[in-house]
Amino acid sequence: MIPTTFEYRRATSVAEALTLLQEGGPEAKLLAGGHSLIPMMKQRLAEPGLLIDIGGLDELRGIQETDDGEIAIGAAMTHAEIAASDLLHTQAPIVAETAAAIGDAQVRNRGTIGGSLAHADPGADLPAVMVALDATIAILGPNGDRKVQADDFFQDILTVDLGEDEIVTGVCFQACRSAAYAKLEQRASKFALVGVAAALSLDGGSCSSARVAVTGASSHAQRLGGVEDALAGASLPDGAADAAAGAGDALDFVNEDLHGSESYRRAMTAVFARRAIEAAAGRG
Amino acid sequence: MSESVPITVNVNGRERSAMVEARLLLVHYLRENLNLTGTHVGCDTSQCGACTVLVDGRSTKSCTVFAVQADGSEIQTIEGLADGDELHPLQDGFWEEHGLQCGYCTPGMIMSAANLLQDNPAPSEEEIREGISGNLCRCTGYQHIVNAIQHAAERMAQS
Repeated sequence: MIPTTFEYRRATSVAEALTLLQEGGPEAKLLAGGHSLIPMMKQRLAEPGLLIDIGGLDELRGIQETDDGEIAIGAAMTHAEIAASDLLHTQAPIVAETAAAIGDAQVRNRGTIGGSLAHADPGADLPAVMVALDATIAILGPNGDRKVQADDFFQDILTVDLGEDEIVTGVCFQACRSAAYAKLEQRASKFALVGVAAALSLDGGSCSSARVAVTGASSHAQRLGGVEDALAGASLPDGAADAAAGAGDALDFVNEDLHGSESYRRAMTAVFARRAIEAAAGRG
Repeated sequence: MSESVPITVNVNGRERSAMVEARLLLVHYLRENLNLTGTHVGCDTSQCGACTVLVDGRSTKSCTVFAVQADGSEIQTIEGLADGDELHPLQDGFWEEHGLQCGYCTPGMIMSAANLLQDNPAPSEEEIREGISGNLCRCTGYQHIVNAIQHAAERMAQS
Protein backbone atom coordinates (compact mmCIF):
# COMPACT_ATOMS: atom_id res chain seq x y z
CA MET A 1 0.00 0.00 0.00
CA ILE A 2 1.33 3.37 -1.01
CA PRO A 3 0.85 6.42 1.21
CA THR A 4 -0.58 9.63 -0.18
CA THR A 5 1.94 12.21 -1.33
CA PHE A 6 3.60 14.50 1.15
CA GLU A 7 6.45 16.95 1.41
CA TYR A 8 9.48 15.67 3.30
CA ARG A 9 11.83 17.88 5.27
CA ARG A 10 14.73 16.66 7.36
CA ALA A 11 15.15 19.04 10.29
CA THR A 12 18.73 19.93 11.20
CA SER A 13 17.79 21.08 14.72
CA VAL A 14 14.89 20.91 17.13
CA ALA A 15 14.43 24.65 16.64
CA GLU A 16 14.06 24.17 12.89
CA ALA A 17 11.61 21.32 13.45
CA LEU A 18 9.50 23.62 15.64
CA THR A 19 9.47 26.28 12.94
CA LEU A 20 8.49 23.73 10.30
CA LEU A 21 5.72 22.42 12.56
CA GLN A 22 4.29 25.91 12.88
CA GLU A 23 4.51 26.53 9.14
CA GLY A 24 2.90 23.19 8.34
CA GLY A 25 0.04 23.62 10.80
CA PRO A 26 -2.38 20.69 11.02
CA GLU A 27 -0.86 19.12 7.87
CA ALA A 28 2.50 18.56 9.56
CA LYS A 29 3.58 15.44 11.40
CA LEU A 30 6.86 14.58 13.06
CA LEU A 31 8.70 11.48 11.86
CA ALA A 32 11.38 9.69 13.87
CA GLY A 33 11.42 5.89 13.72
CA GLY A 34 8.12 5.95 11.86
CA HIS A 35 6.99 2.58 13.16
CA SER A 36 3.62 3.85 14.28
CA LEU A 37 3.15 6.60 11.69
CA ILE A 38 4.27 4.86 8.48
CA PRO A 39 1.96 1.84 8.91
CA MET A 40 -0.91 4.29 9.45
CA MET A 41 0.11 6.25 6.36
CA LYS A 42 0.28 3.07 4.29
CA GLN A 43 -3.27 2.27 5.32
CA ARG A 44 -4.16 5.90 4.62
CA LEU A 45 -5.44 6.29 8.15
CA ALA A 46 -2.99 9.18 8.34
CA GLU A 47 -2.42 11.49 5.39
CA PRO A 48 -0.09 14.26 6.54
CA GLY A 49 0.93 16.80 3.91
CA LEU A 50 4.31 17.47 5.51
CA LEU A 51 6.64 15.08 7.29
CA ILE A 52 9.37 16.61 9.43
CA ASP A 53 12.12 14.07 10.05
CA ILE A 54 13.64 14.50 13.52
CA GLY A 55 15.03 10.97 13.72
CA GLY A 56 18.67 11.90 13.31
CA LEU A 57 18.84 14.89 15.65
CA ASP A 58 21.66 14.65 18.18
CA GLU A 59 19.73 16.98 20.51
CA LEU A 60 17.15 14.23 20.99
CA ARG A 61 19.65 11.49 21.71
CA GLY A 62 21.38 10.19 24.81
CA ILE A 63 20.76 8.32 28.04
CA GLN A 64 22.39 9.95 31.04
CA GLU A 65 22.20 10.88 34.69
CA THR A 66 21.26 14.51 35.20
CA ASP A 67 22.86 16.85 37.71
CA ASP A 68 19.99 16.30 40.13
CA GLY A 69 20.40 12.54 40.04
CA GLU A 70 17.60 11.66 37.62
CA ILE A 71 17.94 9.58 34.49
CA ALA A 72 17.12 11.32 31.22
CA ILE A 73 16.42 9.60 27.92
CA GLY A 74 16.29 11.56 24.65
CA ALA A 75 13.12 11.18 22.61
CA ALA A 76 14.89 9.77 19.53
CA MET A 77 16.54 6.89 21.38
CA THR A 78 15.45 3.58 19.90
CA HIS A 79 14.04 0.73 21.94
CA ALA A 80 17.13 -1.31 21.01
CA GLU A 81 19.44 1.39 22.36
CA ILE A 82 17.42 1.63 25.56
CA ALA A 83 17.43 -2.16 25.94
CA ALA A 84 21.23 -2.17 25.60
CA SER A 85 21.90 0.66 28.07
CA ASP A 86 24.17 -0.36 30.96
CA LEU A 87 23.09 2.71 32.90
CA LEU A 88 19.45 1.66 32.71
CA HIS A 89 20.19 -1.96 33.56
CA THR A 90 21.90 -0.71 36.72
CA GLN A 91 19.68 2.21 37.71
CA ALA A 92 16.24 1.40 36.31
CA PRO A 93 16.24 -2.13 34.90
CA ILE A 94 12.47 -2.02 34.32
CA VAL A 95 13.00 0.46 31.47
CA ALA A 96 15.65 -1.58 29.66
CA GLU A 97 13.70 -4.82 30.13
CA THR A 98 10.47 -3.32 28.89
CA ALA A 99 12.16 -1.86 25.81
CA ALA A 100 13.64 -5.31 25.08
CA ALA A 101 10.12 -6.81 25.15
CA ILE A 102 8.67 -4.43 22.54
CA GLY A 103 7.77 -5.89 19.15
CA ASP A 104 10.68 -7.63 17.44
CA ALA A 105 14.33 -6.83 16.77
CA GLN A 106 13.63 -4.83 13.62
CA VAL A 107 10.90 -2.77 15.30
CA ARG A 108 13.20 -2.09 18.26
CA ASN A 109 15.95 -0.95 15.89
CA ARG A 110 13.73 1.82 14.48
CA GLY A 111 11.01 2.64 17.01
CA THR A 112 11.77 5.43 19.49
CA ILE A 113 10.67 6.15 23.04
CA GLY A 114 9.45 9.63 22.11
CA GLY A 115 7.36 8.23 19.29
CA SER A 116 5.89 5.50 21.45
CA LEU A 117 4.89 7.93 24.19
CA ALA A 118 3.51 10.59 21.84
CA HIS A 119 1.54 8.03 19.80
CA ALA A 120 0.13 6.42 22.97
CA ASP A 121 -1.14 3.21 21.49
CA PRO A 122 -3.38 1.64 24.16
CA GLY A 123 -1.26 -1.54 23.96
CA ALA A 124 2.14 0.17 24.11
CA ASP A 125 4.40 -0.96 26.94
CA LEU A 126 6.47 2.10 27.87
CA PRO A 127 3.56 4.38 28.88
CA ALA A 128 2.74 2.16 31.88
CA VAL A 129 6.38 2.08 32.93
CA MET A 130 6.67 5.86 32.68
CA VAL A 131 3.51 6.33 34.78
CA ALA A 132 4.75 3.86 37.41
CA LEU A 133 8.14 5.62 37.59
CA ASP A 134 6.37 9.01 37.88
CA ALA A 135 8.42 10.10 34.87
CA THR A 136 8.40 13.63 33.54
CA ILE A 137 7.82 14.15 29.82
CA ALA A 138 9.86 17.07 28.46
CA ILE A 139 8.06 19.05 25.76
CA LEU A 140 9.24 21.93 23.62
CA GLY A 141 6.86 24.30 21.87
CA PRO A 142 6.82 27.77 20.32
CA ASN A 143 6.46 29.30 23.80
CA GLY A 144 9.37 27.40 25.30
CA ASP A 145 9.63 24.18 27.22
CA ARG A 146 7.30 22.60 29.73
CA LYS A 147 7.20 19.39 31.70
CA VAL A 148 4.25 17.07 32.22
CA GLN A 149 4.01 14.13 34.60
CA ALA A 150 3.40 10.92 32.68
CA ASP A 151 0.18 10.30 34.60
CA ASP A 152 -1.24 13.57 33.23
CA PHE A 153 0.31 13.16 29.77
CA PHE A 154 -1.74 10.07 28.81
CA GLN A 155 -5.33 11.21 28.51
CA ASP A 156 -7.27 8.83 26.29
CA ILE A 157 -6.85 6.43 23.36
CA LEU A 158 -4.04 7.83 21.16
CA THR A 159 -4.50 11.12 22.99
CA VAL A 160 -1.84 12.89 25.01
CA ASP A 161 -1.18 16.35 26.41
CA LEU A 162 0.81 17.52 23.40
CA GLY A 163 -0.05 20.39 21.06
CA GLU A 164 0.22 20.11 17.28
CA ASP A 165 3.07 22.62 17.42
CA GLU A 166 4.98 20.83 20.20
CA ILE A 167 7.71 18.18 20.29
CA VAL A 168 8.40 15.56 22.95
CA THR A 169 12.14 15.98 23.55
CA GLY A 170 12.70 13.35 26.23
CA VAL A 171 11.73 11.77 29.52
CA CYS A 172 13.36 11.74 32.93
CA PHE A 173 12.71 9.81 36.12
CA GLN A 174 14.30 8.87 39.42
CA ALA A 175 16.48 5.79 39.47
CA CYS A 176 14.51 2.83 40.78
CA ARG A 177 15.75 -0.72 41.08
CA SER A 178 12.69 -2.26 42.77
CA ALA A 179 10.39 -1.95 39.77
CA ALA A 180 9.22 -4.49 37.22
CA TYR A 181 6.88 -4.84 34.26
CA ALA A 182 4.85 -7.93 33.42
CA LYS A 183 2.66 -8.31 30.36
CA LEU A 184 0.29 -10.66 28.67
CA GLU A 185 1.31 -10.09 25.09
CA GLN A 186 -0.52 -10.55 21.83
CA ARG A 187 1.75 -13.23 20.44
CA ALA A 188 2.07 -11.88 16.91
CA SER A 189 2.49 -8.16 17.56
CA LYS A 190 3.87 -8.32 21.14
CA PHE A 191 1.53 -5.46 22.03
CA ALA A 192 0.25 -5.75 25.59
CA LEU A 193 -3.25 -7.15 25.98
CA VAL A 194 -2.56 -6.30 29.60
CA GLY A 195 0.72 -4.96 30.94
CA VAL A 196 1.38 -3.81 34.49
CA ALA A 197 4.34 -1.84 35.80
CA ALA A 198 5.00 -1.73 39.54
CA ALA A 199 7.54 0.55 41.24
CA LEU A 200 7.92 -0.11 44.95
CA SER A 201 9.55 1.62 47.89
CA LEU A 202 10.65 -1.25 50.09
CA ASP A 203 11.55 -1.25 53.75
CA GLY A 204 12.91 -4.70 54.47
CA GLY A 205 10.14 -7.15 53.63
CA SER A 206 7.37 -4.60 53.56
CA CYS A 207 6.25 -2.02 51.06
CA SER A 208 6.16 1.56 52.29
CA SER A 209 4.64 2.98 49.12
CA ALA A 210 4.03 1.94 45.52
CA ARG A 211 3.11 3.23 42.11
CA VAL A 212 1.38 0.72 39.87
CA ALA A 213 0.15 1.40 36.33
CA VAL A 214 -1.59 -0.64 33.66
CA THR A 215 -1.50 -0.50 29.86
CA GLY A 216 -3.37 -2.54 27.27
CA ALA A 217 -6.39 -3.09 29.47
CA SER A 218 -7.93 0.32 28.98
CA SER A 219 -7.94 3.31 26.64
CA HIS A 220 -4.62 4.59 27.94
CA ALA A 221 -1.95 3.90 30.54
CA GLN A 222 -3.20 4.75 34.00
CA ARG A 223 -2.53 4.18 37.68
CA LEU A 224 -4.14 1.39 39.65
CA GLY A 225 -4.91 3.46 42.73
CA GLY A 226 -6.58 0.68 44.68
CA VAL A 227 -3.55 -1.57 44.28
CA GLU A 228 -1.22 1.23 45.32
CA ASP A 229 -3.29 1.84 48.49
CA ALA A 230 -3.40 -1.86 49.31
CA LEU A 231 0.36 -2.16 48.91
CA ALA A 232 1.15 0.54 51.48
CA GLY A 233 2.36 -1.37 54.51
CA ALA A 234 1.86 -4.77 52.87
CA SER A 235 4.45 -7.47 53.43
CA LEU A 236 5.90 -8.74 50.18
CA PRO A 237 5.95 -10.93 48.26
CA ASP A 238 3.24 -12.71 50.29
CA GLY A 239 0.83 -9.78 50.17
CA ALA A 240 1.08 -9.25 46.41
CA ALA A 241 -1.91 -11.40 45.46
CA ASP A 242 -4.26 -9.72 47.93
CA ALA A 243 -3.12 -6.25 46.92
CA ALA A 244 -3.58 -7.04 43.20
CA ALA A 245 -6.85 -8.94 43.51
CA GLY A 246 -9.21 -6.09 42.70
CA ALA A 247 -7.01 -4.41 40.08
CA GLY A 248 -9.08 -5.31 37.02
CA ASP A 249 -12.49 -4.76 38.55
CA ALA A 250 -11.58 -1.23 39.56
CA LEU A 251 -10.98 -0.06 35.97
CA ASP A 252 -13.75 2.15 34.56
CA PHE A 253 -13.32 1.16 30.95
CA VAL A 254 -11.73 -2.02 29.60
CA ASN A 255 -10.90 -2.83 25.97
CA GLU A 256 -12.50 -5.76 24.25
CA ASP A 257 -11.42 -7.29 20.93
CA LEU A 258 -10.80 -10.64 19.28
CA HIS A 259 -7.69 -11.13 21.39
CA GLY A 260 -9.43 -10.79 24.74
CA SER A 261 -12.84 -10.05 26.18
CA GLU A 262 -13.44 -7.39 28.79
CA SER A 263 -13.80 -9.94 31.60
CA TYR A 264 -10.62 -11.73 30.52
CA ARG A 265 -8.65 -8.50 30.51
CA ARG A 266 -10.01 -7.56 33.94
CA ALA A 267 -8.96 -10.95 35.29
CA MET A 268 -5.52 -10.72 33.69
CA THR A 269 -4.99 -7.23 35.07
CA ALA A 270 -5.04 -8.73 38.57
CA VAL A 271 -2.78 -11.63 37.52
CA PHE A 272 -0.17 -9.44 35.86
CA ALA A 273 -0.34 -6.84 38.62
CA ARG A 274 0.56 -9.60 41.08
CA ARG A 275 3.41 -10.81 38.86
CA ALA A 276 4.81 -7.31 38.42
CA ILE A 277 4.65 -6.64 42.17
CA GLU A 278 6.31 -9.96 43.00
CA ALA A 279 9.07 -9.36 40.47
CA ALA A 280 9.64 -5.82 41.77
CA ALA A 281 9.69 -7.04 45.37
CA GLY A 282 12.23 -9.69 44.40
CA ARG A 283 14.61 -6.89 43.51
CA GLY A 284 14.38 -5.14 46.87
CA MET B 1 3.28 13.58 -8.09
CA SER B 2 5.07 15.27 -5.24
CA GLU B 3 8.45 16.88 -5.51
CA SER B 4 11.45 14.59 -5.78
CA VAL B 5 14.07 14.52 -3.06
CA PRO B 6 17.78 13.81 -3.67
CA ILE B 7 19.27 10.91 -1.74
CA THR B 8 22.68 9.29 -1.62
CA VAL B 9 23.03 5.88 -0.04
CA ASN B 10 25.75 3.27 0.05
CA VAL B 11 24.22 -0.04 -0.98
CA ASN B 12 26.39 -3.13 -0.60
CA GLY B 13 29.52 -0.98 -0.75
CA ARG B 14 28.50 1.02 -3.79
CA GLU B 15 27.41 4.63 -3.61
CA ARG B 16 24.09 5.37 -5.26
CA SER B 17 22.42 8.71 -5.83
CA ALA B 18 18.88 9.24 -7.00
CA MET B 19 15.97 11.62 -7.05
CA VAL B 20 13.08 9.86 -5.35
CA GLU B 21 9.52 10.64 -4.48
CA ALA B 22 9.29 11.23 -0.71
CA ARG B 23 6.72 8.46 -0.30
CA LEU B 24 8.88 5.83 -2.01
CA LEU B 25 9.50 3.03 0.47
CA LEU B 26 13.05 1.79 0.89
CA VAL B 27 12.08 -1.71 -0.24
CA HIS B 28 10.69 -0.36 -3.50
CA TYR B 29 13.79 1.77 -4.04
CA LEU B 30 15.98 -1.31 -3.65
CA ARG B 31 13.84 -3.58 -5.80
CA GLU B 32 12.62 -1.24 -8.51
CA ASN B 33 15.26 1.48 -8.79
CA LEU B 34 18.33 -0.68 -8.10
CA ASN B 35 16.91 -4.00 -9.33
CA LEU B 36 18.04 -5.68 -6.09
CA THR B 37 15.10 -8.07 -5.98
CA GLY B 38 16.58 -10.35 -3.33
CA THR B 39 14.80 -8.21 -0.74
CA HIS B 40 11.21 -9.38 -0.80
CA VAL B 41 7.88 -7.73 -0.08
CA GLY B 42 5.83 -10.10 2.03
CA CYS B 43 3.05 -8.71 4.19
CA ASP B 44 3.80 -5.02 3.49
CA THR B 45 2.60 -4.32 7.06
CA SER B 46 5.87 -4.54 9.08
CA GLN B 47 5.09 -7.97 10.44
CA CYS B 48 6.64 -10.71 8.29
CA GLY B 49 10.24 -9.46 7.96
CA ALA B 50 10.72 -10.65 4.35
CA CYS B 51 11.91 -7.12 3.49
CA THR B 52 14.59 -7.03 6.21
CA VAL B 53 17.85 -5.30 5.26
CA LEU B 54 20.63 -3.79 7.37
CA VAL B 55 20.57 -0.01 7.64
CA ASP B 56 23.82 1.17 9.24
CA GLY B 57 24.25 -2.36 10.50
CA ARG B 58 20.83 -2.69 12.14
CA SER B 59 18.13 -5.03 10.85
CA THR B 60 15.29 -2.96 9.46
CA LYS B 61 11.96 -3.73 7.82
CA SER B 62 12.45 -1.82 4.59
CA CYS B 63 8.68 -1.71 3.92
CA THR B 64 8.37 0.60 6.93
CA VAL B 65 11.09 3.10 6.06
CA PHE B 66 10.95 5.78 3.40
CA ALA B 67 13.97 5.82 1.10
CA VAL B 68 14.49 9.48 2.02
CA GLN B 69 15.00 8.47 5.65
CA ALA B 70 17.92 6.30 4.57
CA ASP B 71 19.73 9.23 2.93
CA GLY B 72 23.37 9.08 4.02
CA SER B 73 23.06 5.52 5.34
CA GLU B 74 24.89 2.32 4.57
CA ILE B 75 22.54 -0.40 3.45
CA GLN B 76 23.32 -4.07 3.14
CA THR B 77 20.98 -6.44 1.34
CA ILE B 78 21.17 -10.19 0.76
CA GLU B 79 23.04 -9.49 -2.49
CA GLY B 80 25.88 -7.89 -0.53
CA LEU B 81 26.48 -10.73 1.88
CA ALA B 82 28.65 -13.14 -0.11
CA ASP B 83 32.33 -12.41 -0.69
CA GLY B 84 32.57 -12.95 -4.43
CA ASP B 85 31.79 -16.63 -5.00
CA GLU B 86 32.34 -17.41 -1.32
CA LEU B 87 29.03 -17.74 0.47
CA HIS B 88 28.60 -15.96 3.81
CA PRO B 89 28.52 -18.47 6.70
CA LEU B 90 24.79 -17.75 7.10
CA GLN B 91 24.11 -18.53 3.44
CA ASP B 92 26.22 -21.66 3.80
CA GLY B 93 24.32 -22.60 6.96
CA PHE B 94 20.93 -22.29 5.25
CA TRP B 95 22.30 -24.45 2.41
CA GLU B 96 23.86 -27.11 4.63
CA GLU B 97 21.05 -27.31 7.17
CA HIS B 98 18.21 -27.00 4.66
CA GLY B 99 17.00 -23.80 6.31
CA LEU B 100 14.34 -23.13 3.71
CA GLN B 101 11.61 -24.68 1.67
CA CYS B 102 9.97 -22.11 -0.61
CA GLY B 103 12.71 -19.57 0.17
CA TYR B 104 10.52 -16.50 0.22
CA CYS B 105 11.39 -15.55 3.80
CA THR B 106 15.05 -16.54 3.46
CA PRO B 107 16.72 -13.21 2.54
CA GLY B 108 14.99 -11.42 5.43
CA MET B 109 15.68 -14.32 7.76
CA ILE B 110 19.38 -14.21 6.90
CA MET B 111 19.65 -10.44 7.31
CA SER B 112 17.96 -10.64 10.72
CA ALA B 113 20.32 -13.45 11.69
CA ALA B 114 23.28 -11.32 10.54
CA ASN B 115 22.26 -8.57 12.98
CA LEU B 116 21.68 -11.15 15.72
CA LEU B 117 25.12 -12.76 15.32
CA GLN B 118 26.76 -9.35 15.21
CA ASP B 119 25.22 -8.48 18.62
CA ASN B 120 25.51 -11.97 20.06
CA PRO B 121 28.04 -14.25 18.30
CA ALA B 122 27.08 -17.33 20.35
CA PRO B 123 23.32 -17.21 20.86
CA SER B 124 21.37 -19.96 22.62
CA GLU B 125 18.52 -21.62 20.75
CA GLU B 126 16.07 -19.46 22.69
CA GLU B 127 18.00 -16.32 21.80
CA ILE B 128 17.97 -17.32 18.13
CA ARG B 129 14.21 -17.85 18.23
CA GLU B 130 13.74 -14.45 19.89
CA GLY B 131 16.17 -12.87 17.44
CA ILE B 132 14.21 -14.01 14.39
CA SER B 133 10.78 -13.45 15.95
CA GLY B 134 10.27 -10.55 13.55
CA ASN B 135 10.53 -12.91 10.58
CA LEU B 136 7.77 -15.30 9.63
CA CYS B 137 8.29 -18.59 7.80
CA ARG B 138 5.20 -20.49 6.78
CA CYS B 139 7.03 -23.61 5.52
CA THR B 140 9.70 -24.90 7.81
CA GLY B 141 8.41 -24.72 11.36
CA TYR B 142 11.66 -22.82 12.08
CA GLN B 143 13.72 -25.77 13.38
CA HIS B 144 16.00 -25.96 10.34
CA ILE B 145 16.35 -22.19 10.30
CA VAL B 146 17.52 -22.30 13.92
CA ASN B 147 19.95 -25.08 12.97
CA ALA B 148 21.23 -23.01 10.04
CA ILE B 149 21.93 -20.01 12.28
CA GLN B 150 23.68 -22.23 14.83
CA HIS B 151 25.76 -23.69 12.00
CA ALA B 152 26.75 -20.17 10.91
CA ALA B 153 27.57 -19.08 14.47
CA GLU B 154 29.88 -22.07 14.91
CA ARG B 155 31.60 -21.46 11.58
CA MET B 156 32.05 -17.75 12.30
CA ALA B 157 33.52 -18.60 15.72
CA GLN B 158 36.09 -20.88 14.09
CA SER B 159 37.25 -18.37 11.52
